[in-house]
Amino acid sequence: MSGTDWYPSRFEAFEQSLNGETQSPVHQLRRTSIERFRAAGFPTTKDEEWGFTSVVPLTRIDFELAAATKEPAAADIATFCYGLESLVFVDGHFAPGLSQLDELPEGVLVKSLRAALAEDTDLVTAHLGQAAVTEGEAFTALNTSFVQDGAFVHLPRGTVVDKPVHLLFLSTVTCPNTVSHPRVLIVAEAHAEATLIESYAGLGTEVYLTNGVSEIFVGENAALDHYRVQREAPTAFHISATHVREERAAQFRSTSITLGGRLTRNHVHTALVGEGVDSTLNGLYVEDGNQHVDNHTLIEHAQPHCQSHEFYKGILGGEARGVFRGKIHVHQAAQKTDAYQTNQNLLLSQTARIDTKPQLEIYADDVKCSHGATIGQLDQDAIFYLRSRGIGHREAVRVLTRAFAGEVLDRVRVDALRDELDHLVTHRLERAAGVAP
Amino acid sequence: MLKIGNLYASVEDIEILKGIDLEVNAGEVHAIMGPNGSGKSTLAQVLAGREGYEVSGEATFDGQDLLDMDPEQRARAGLFLAFQYPVEIPGVNSTYFLRTSYNEIRKHRGEEAVDAMDFLDLIREKLALVEMDESFLKRPVNEGFSGGEKKRNEILQMAVLEPKLSILDETDSGLDIDALRIVANGVNKLHAPDKAVVVVTHYQRLLNYIIPDYVHVLYQGRIAESGGKELALELEEKGYDWIKDESLEQAL
Repeated sequence: MSGTDWYPSRFEAFEQSLNGETQSPVHQLRRTSIERFRAAGFPTTKDEEWGFTSVVPLTRIDFELAAATKEPAAADIATFCYGLESLVFVDGHFAPGLSQLDELPEGVLVKSLRAALAEDTDLVTAHLGQAAVTEGEAFTALNTSFVQDGAFVHLPRGTVVDKPVHLLFLSTVTCPNTVSHPRVLIVAEAHAEATLIESYAGLGTEVYLTNGVSEIFVGENAALDHYRVQREAPTAFHISATHVREERAAQFRSTSITLGGRLTRNHVHTALVGEGVDSTLNGLYVEDGNQHVDNHTLIEHAQPHCQSHEFYKGILGGEARGVFRGKIHVHQAAQKTDAYQTNQNLLLSQTARIDTKPQLEIYADDVKCSHGATIGQLDQDAIFYLRSRGIGHREAVRVLTRAFAGEVLDRVRVDALRDELDHLVTHRLERAAGVAP
Repeated sequence: MLKIGNLYASVEDIEILKGIDLEVNAGEVHAIMGPNGSGKSTLAQVLAGREGYEVSGEATFDGQDLLDMDPEQRARAGLFLAFQYPVEIPGVNSTYFLRTSYNEIRKHRGEEAVDAMDFLDLIREKLALVEMDESFLKRPVNEGFSGGEKKRNEILQMAVLEPKLSILDETDSGLDIDALRIVANGVNKLHAPDKAVVVVTHYQRLLNYIIPDYVHVLYQGRIAESGGKELALELEEKGYDWIKDESLEQAL
């Protein structure tokens, strides 16, 4: 069965497993979504937005929904938790035995989406699917069709969460060809502040697909520091969409780190719907072997006096392939927009490849927008300079590559996360440099 | 210490060095002068091990075949090149760079690595030598440095690494008189009977501060003239045309 028919057929089975839940508003959303998926079909490289990334390898596999499995031992997942209190999901299902979140301020909710659908129905229904559009978006439609579990974070007006909140989505994949559709819904009301980390990791050696969607609502004057760390197994397909809505004077920082997976597509879409928003998108991807990573971003300036800063860097070794497409869309009303976008890439081998396409679409006349992209090898003059001071060739390459990644890593404000990422990236760079000529 | 015999170097079939002979002994200061394009910087780069040159002839450093060594091996053996254009390295902290370099050279000498605290004591002392502020240590290597700061940073590295042979490639270019004095003063203080210095320069003015024992004039890839420090003054007076005319006569 081809992918486009396969999932609607699985949807029927899924629907039957839901029993009495099919009358809920969320289920109406699921039904609309599966119809939209059926109508859209999987994207092909003829679609402009997917021109450099073929999803054919994953559409050839009939992925089954991952069942809830035995929770792994806490000790086995410690390495993925950065010493942070975490809400843990295993193969898409909430794992209460591994989750611990203490000391949350009064009124703040951090819980499984499944529980929230039952307990906070109105709040969830009011937001779910409001930012993440399913029309023409096959993967988001698919995620929404099968939406059942994931994380729900609610920060009521004025609440401040000091400690970072970590959501870990772990794939243990004990049987081949399974899919999970983790969904994250974050609602930060006016003047709320928090740091949230979503991380995705894999333990197994089987082929699997993670198809995640995150919706983030940043209220007036709210400040959210959001991280998304992808450390999937080398066998993983990882598709993600992060949709953000930012109200007046909101401050939102997004940091996306991609290290794992065989094929990754990250889409980040932020809509600046109030005046005076300050929005930052940082990203780092470090890939080697046959990995493919596609970072796709859309920053929509809909209101005046907003700023956006985008800074993505990539390091590719082996035969890795990278794609960056970033669009800044400035609507006619968005006067005094100040937006810049940078994408810098370092190729460590002759066979690595990057396609980068920054795009500005501007309909307002009083704006400051800039963009730039670079692709390069390590600076030979810098390598010689280090070597002429007694530093060996290998070490010189390592130092310079780490420095390149450091410009993004140094912007990670959660110390424990930054230290671990630094360690992981350094390790990865040694591997990538090892296969370089 | 350094023996160069019949050294040739070319880039993409263009011959730049055409048979250089030079001997530098411990305790000596040599100046290599010459007009633009005479091959001065190429000589410095080739000695430091820069790739991209087709090199033939001989060069030994303390009896070791220099041309057979990687740039890092040359540095560890005690050869130092102060760059004409020091490279900016964003994202690499100056202290980290200096300590890594210092420890690599110590390791080669069979000495133990120095930890961050001990290194800080050492570097403070060396900073004073080139009149540099401690805030420099927090900055990325050469990034955003003025021309003078970059050159002082080269001498700072020389002070930390304590090489046997220092080759200063146009260290005076782009320096104002104060920076020139600081740089020269640093070089003089670091000089010792067991060390040697080769100063590569276009102008005589640096040689007012670093007094050479020998002056060589490089012209069209060859040493056209050698002499004592008075040769530099003669050049200053007569200009390089004098050498050019003389070479022409010899050729004829």
